[in-house]
Amino acid sequence: MADKPWVAFYWCGSCGGCEEAVVDLAEKILDVVNAVNIGFWPVALDFKKSDVEEKPDGFFAVSFINGTVESDEHREMVELLRRKSGLVVAFGSCSHMGGIPSLRNLYDVRDCVNYAYTKTVSTVNPEGTIPQPRFKHPAGHETTTMNLEETGKALDQVIDVDYYLPGCSVPAHLILDAVMAILSGNLPPKGSVLSPSKALCSVCPRQETKPEKMQVKDIKRHHLSEDDGTCFNAQGMICMGPATRSGCGSPEKDNAPRCILVNMPCHGCFGPPDGTLDQGLAMLSAIASDLDYTPDEEADIDRIIEKIADPAGYFYLFGTAKSLIHGRPAGEGKTKPVEVPKEGGA
Amino acid sequence: MAKKVVIDPITRLEGHGKVEIFLDDTGNVEHAYFVIPEFRGFERFSIGRKVEDMPWITPRLCGVCPTAHHMCSAKTCDAVYKVTPPVPAIKIRRLFYNMFTFEDHLIHFYYLGGPDFVVGPTAPKAERNILGVIGKVGLEVAGQLIAMRKEVRQLMEDMGGRVIHPVFAIPGGITKALDKDIVERLKTMAGHAVSFAEFTIKVFHDIVLGNKDYVDIILNGPYYSVSNHMGLVDENNKVEFYDGPVRVVDTKGKELYKFQPADYLDYIGEHVEPWTWMKFPFLKKIGWKGFVDGEGTSLYRVAPLARLNASDGMRTPKAQEEYEKMYEVLGGKPVQHSLAFHWARVIEVMQAAEEIQALANDPDILDPNVRTIPTETPSEGVGFIEAPRGTLIHHYKTDSNGIVEDANLIVATAHNEAIIAMEINKAAKALIKDGKVDDGLLNMVEMAFRPYDPCHACATHSLPGEMPLRITIKRTSTGEVLDVIQRD
Repeated sequence: MADKPWVAFYWCGSCGGCEEAVVDLAEKILDVVNAVNIGFWPVALDFKKSDVEEKPDGFFAVSFINGTVESDEHREMVELLRRKSGLVVAFGSCSHMGGIPSLRNLYDVRDCVNYAYTKTVSTVNPEGTIPQPRFKHPAGHETTTMNLEETGKALDQVIDVDYYLPGCSVPAHLILDAVMAILSGNLPPKGSVLSPSKALCSVCPRQETKPEKMQVKDIKRHHLSEDDGTCFNAQGMICMGPATRSGCGSPEKDNAPRCILVNMPCHGCFGPPDGTLDQGLAMLSAIASDLDYTPDEEADIDRIIEKIADPAGYFYLFGTAKSLIHGRPAGEGKTKPVEVPKEGGA
Repeated sequence: MAKKVVIDPITRLEGHGKVEIFLDDTGNVEHAYFVIPEFRGFERFSIGRKVEDMPWITPRLCGVCPTAHHMCSAKTCDAVYKVTPPVPAIKIRRLFYNMFTFEDHLIHFYYLGGPDFVVGPTAPKAERNILGVIGKVGLEVAGQLIAMRKEVRQLMEDMGGRVIHPVFAIPGGITKALDKDIVERLKTMAGHAVSFAEFTIKVFHDIVLGNKDYVDIILNGPYYSVSNHMGLVDENNKVEFYDGPVRVVDTKGKELYKFQPADYLDYIGEHVEPWTWMKFPFLKKIGWKGFVDGEGTSLYRVAPLARLNASDGMRTPKAQEEYEKMYEVLGGKPVQHSLAFHWARVIEVMQAAEEIQALANDPDILDPNVRTIPTETPSEGVGFIEAPRGTLIHHYKTDSNGIVEDANLIVATAHNEAIIAMEINKAAKALIKDGKVDDGLLNMVEMAFRPYDPCHACATHSLPGEMPLRITIKRTSTGEVLDVIQRD
């Protein structure tokens, strides 16, 4: 027992899907689970914050942290785990890039709260009551909840991160590989994303239908278009494959991307390949070079580009917090929300 | 000097909720508050998104029951585009949805709710978990449960792209037809599912109903609230998970309303309190009357028992047989005893298994025609589905380009929240006397939660089946900690 490394799991603003992924894995690889001591896992085991606090710094060999950092308690907990851990692994899209919850960064957090509690159509709230971080009831009882962060953040926007496990959710084979690498000490350089850097297209079963020269004449919405089974981008349907790293597909299925296997274009949950500054810009650049045009047809280009409805949703669905346009850290670790037009997205 | 007791799942785990209890000078409970410290902002940031991305976005509300959101969202998109998917697509969606319900309910029964009954409510804490269940039903059964779950989840991944956050349902249908190989595997799995459901009902009968003490706890324990009940029903008022009108029965079991999902705003309102981030749905025509149950209340419940109460029966024969037994034993409809949710859940496991079997053997599911491409201008749509934890409601308005302009989401757990809060208050008052906090409080509070399988605890399905809890008793004025009780 004493020789086995200690491991911690923690969730910030999370749907629980990453916890479910670990549980699915645990059924498959009990031997790996038996090779470590789990010292903190709030969802499943009864250890409390003070148990972590009293451990010496660096006590945990590794902490796996999932979810978006959304409130003061998430921030406190990840700062604590950073001190107590040798390695910190950002686990899943939310922790890696902000995830879908960081779409809230497109709006002011106060606006998000007001909307939910006063404007949603089924809410009956004539007095405009808003939940409070701390509330004194008429009987004199004071109850507490939490304080929201100004923006939803990726883990490395709050603490130093050693490795990233991408995906929403992280596939079992990548978790297994990461655990094996950590147990054996055979680790890549700090800051690595533990998934192949090659673009998703390289393992796509539709790759061979991708023409030598793309000549996209129109942008189409996937749900409004026939799919002929060829490269989505060649058909004019935006597939994030060119700007997304591979690794989502199971080795048992030839590493084929899991969404494309059911005829759904990639939405980019694995984030960009190494060295890409911004996943959305990389995709925009890919689209620009795929368009079939000559320089005197700029009006046509504008027409086509206008058809990219909700660019934020296409390009930053899983990574608004890490995009260059939204969620840039500004002072005191807080991020200033950026106002965007209601229509047309970013 | 007033004292404050906080029952806090470790560090106020996001999504788990906590209980804050206030004691008067004599050490008796003035009030227990059930507080949810969670806010995500999904409704606001859905605005500006493409409506076809909603089946991607909304499952991230809950990764334990993502299929409910994914499917409800796709149905809402159908409504937004006024498109009806081809029959094979609807059948495959229904099949997938029943697989999800089957698997999710099973996990709850064996891992989370089951230990109270299968092992026994008075068994030592250390045994009241999945390991205790295994001890009682045998290792072989545990192996079957894991194998059953794996078989269903692997098929869901092959059909839906992923099992955590499936992607295959789109406005107008699904993205991929089924091939012969998958259909053969589905047929085999369906046989296993029905057998496993039969076995599960037998476990419930032998161990729970065979023990008079357990039946007494269901009928005479403190977990009892007089509320209305809501659920989807089919054309014969039978329990329906995927579609149908909404039926509400009153505290006596009489039909109060039957309405189409699109009309829900006439019937359901949500109340806001300043001390928790959870909203409290209520019956709008009656009006918010506060946290009060009994005849005339505007509070209602959802999820397995509420669905059965709101219906006239089950859609499938074996489930119907068990439905009749339940009401016979528990004294007719409606059943208001909260622990009967566990029995109702097992009955739904059977309906899901029988529906899986019927659909897996339906030749339509091999039809390649699984999409109707929308042609109407998108505008507004409402979708309802029965999540394992109750009625789930999505409502989107879009512009003519299908960009969301307004979104409203009422998640399943919310409907039961007011009643859960009241039952926790009752349990606290019963168990804290003269400043003495009974050690049984931990389990009593858990037992108030568990029947409803609330989402903020649902991830605890997975391991020992006990929410990690800690009670800290504080003197409010000085902050002095007087006592700490925690689960070891």
